[in-house]
Amino acid sequence: MVTNNIEEYKGVYVFAQQVDNEISGIALELLGKGKELAAKLETEVTAVLIGYKVADLADKLAEYGADKVILVDDPECEVYRTEPYAHALASVINEFKPDIMLVGATAIGRDLGPTVSARVATGLTADCTVLEIGDFPLVAIPGQEQKHNQLLMTRPAFGGNTIATIACPDNRPQMATVRPGVMQKIDPIVGAKANVIEFNPGFTPNNKYVTIKEVVKAVSDTVDIMDAKILVSGGRGVGSAENFKILEDLAEVLGGTVSCSRAVVDSGWKPRDLQVGQTGKTVRPQIYFAIGISGAIQHVAGMEESDLIVAINKDEDAPIFDVADYGIVGDLNKIVPALTAALKAEKANKQ
Amino acid sequence: MKIVVCIKQVPDTKGGVKFNPDGTLDRGAMLAIMNPDDKAGLEAALRLKDQYGAEVTVITMGLPKAADTLREALAMGADKAILVTDRVLGGADTWATSTTLAGALRNIDYDLIITGRQAIDGDTAQVGPQIAEHLGLPVISYAQDLKIDGDKVVVQRMYDDRYHVVEAQMPALVTALAELNAPRYMTPGGIFDACDAEVITWGRADLKDVDDSNLGLKGSPTKIAKASDKVRKGAGEKVAPDSAEEAVAYVIGKFKEKHII
Repeated sequence: MVTNNIEEYKGVYVFAQQVDNEISGIALELLGKGKELAAKLETEVTAVLIGYKVADLADKLAEYGADKVILVDDPECEVYRTEPYAHALASVINEFKPDIMLVGATAIGRDLGPTVSARVATGLTADCTVLEIGDFPLVAIPGQEQKHNQLLMTRPAFGGNTIATIACPDNRPQMATVRPGVMQKIDPIVGAKANVIEFNPGFTPNNKYVTIKEVVKAVSDTVDIMDAKILVSGGRGVGSAENFKILEDLAEVLGGTVSCSRAVVDSGWKPRDLQVGQTGKTVRPQIYFAIGISGAIQHVAGMEESDLIVAINKDEDAPIFDVADYGIVGDLNKIVPALTAALKAEKANKQ
Repeated sequence: MKIVVCIKQVPDTKGGVKFNPDGTLDRGAMLAIMNPDDKAGLEAALRLKDQYGAEVTVITMGLPKAADTLREALAMGADKAILVTDRVLGGADTWATSTTLAGALRNIDYDLIITGRQAIDGDTAQVGPQIAEHLGLPVISYAQDLKIDGDKVVVQRMYDDRYHVVEAQMPALVTALAELNAPRYMTPGGIFDACDAEVITWGRADLKDVDDSNLGLKGSPTKIAKASDKVRKGAGEKVAPDSAEEAVAYVIGKFKEKHII
């Protein structure tokens, strides 16, 4: 592969995803991580904001750590489509030459990232959960140059069964898509003002421009489970859609939210936006109740970072007990309502 | 209409994950299957064949044993199968894989290329869009529905909280979600015919407009620094109380200990 002049590439860049002119949470998470990486590299964090009439979002990016904001504002970019966005981001990369380019591993980023990485001819590591600065190879090998200040990108593979740490030593930018819900935002710097650089590469529609005929938004009044402090999550063992009522009661008394495993979504008991796991969302609440969830590796991949995990399952060999802080072997139909009642009583006593 | 479906043979990680005594993945004990998203893509192509009489070609890059997965596709109803296999292609990351497949696809006439969104072993979702980029095609990722309207493909493109109905001029590339459909089974006649059907084998020399420096392990810009089995957080306590009351007392006790309540 043709290698580029690595010395020219500087700075940590973040694709600041926005949808409906609202900054996505992942953009702020990437800025938080980007700031940390930039500090190690003694460089700056730049947000790349692409859209139409989105200039007023720039200050928010500054509040969350962006030293600079590159703004591509064009009517073609009003709603996400692969081509105008790929052209915009690839043009920014070619013009500004970032050392690191981070993109959220969202339904947008997992389309934009690979298209852009192929266009600028560099590597891309998907769905990263850990990003660090370090040496490649990790340990010096005689006869091989050890490069310093490399982006080391760690990601799960084989459905979460293995993890790999990947580097992109000979090409720039070093590109990664990053799983939402894993990196931490910084506390906002109130009143920060963005240093905005406007950049428009020009857009000429070609065969790659698709036409959006219709936009159909899911009707959902549920809380985003990624933001919940307490999650009461149910699996196949709950038995039916109706029986989720006992989980909802528990969630209510705790001020929590109900989530679920993939089996529950596949059975049609709960909508997909409540699904935790490899093909659902990654969550890290303060307390995660795994109720009637066996703990398939794909599920565990999405919740194991929770501060405290309480599992209730009648099968004493269920793998969920391998990650639970407190595991209770027993009948959820008896334990969950009794727990709800007891917590209610505790609450009443305190008042 | 000519459709090419890119498929991959993968170890079945869903449910049937097996470990060696030392905790590493026992790949030999795991079933090799057609990647689920790819299978949905194949089914979508076969439905278009049923409807419009399309010619469906399946292609894979892999070891010689990946021919088994191509035969499964033939038994489901694909017309032609191509195996891209060569020692120099091994160890490829998504850049090198997409470069290879694009090199093979340049030899084939197509109106539509369908790939799965992602394979369950790598989970990257990168190869489809990267093939489109190498071939200069429009790409529509994450398809949960797919129709043909004249010389255009019309796709329901999934996002986190919505979908877009998107129309692209063919030739185009679409990446399929497993949710797209329920793939058909192989037919007995199909299995019988597939045993005898020819799987066309291509090697490095058959790839068109591809530079050696972009192939295989050497042509991969991403390099593995370290790979390991996931170290899981250790198990905490596990109790098996005799009654619900005892279970509740246990949880309440722990929550008080942790000052949660």
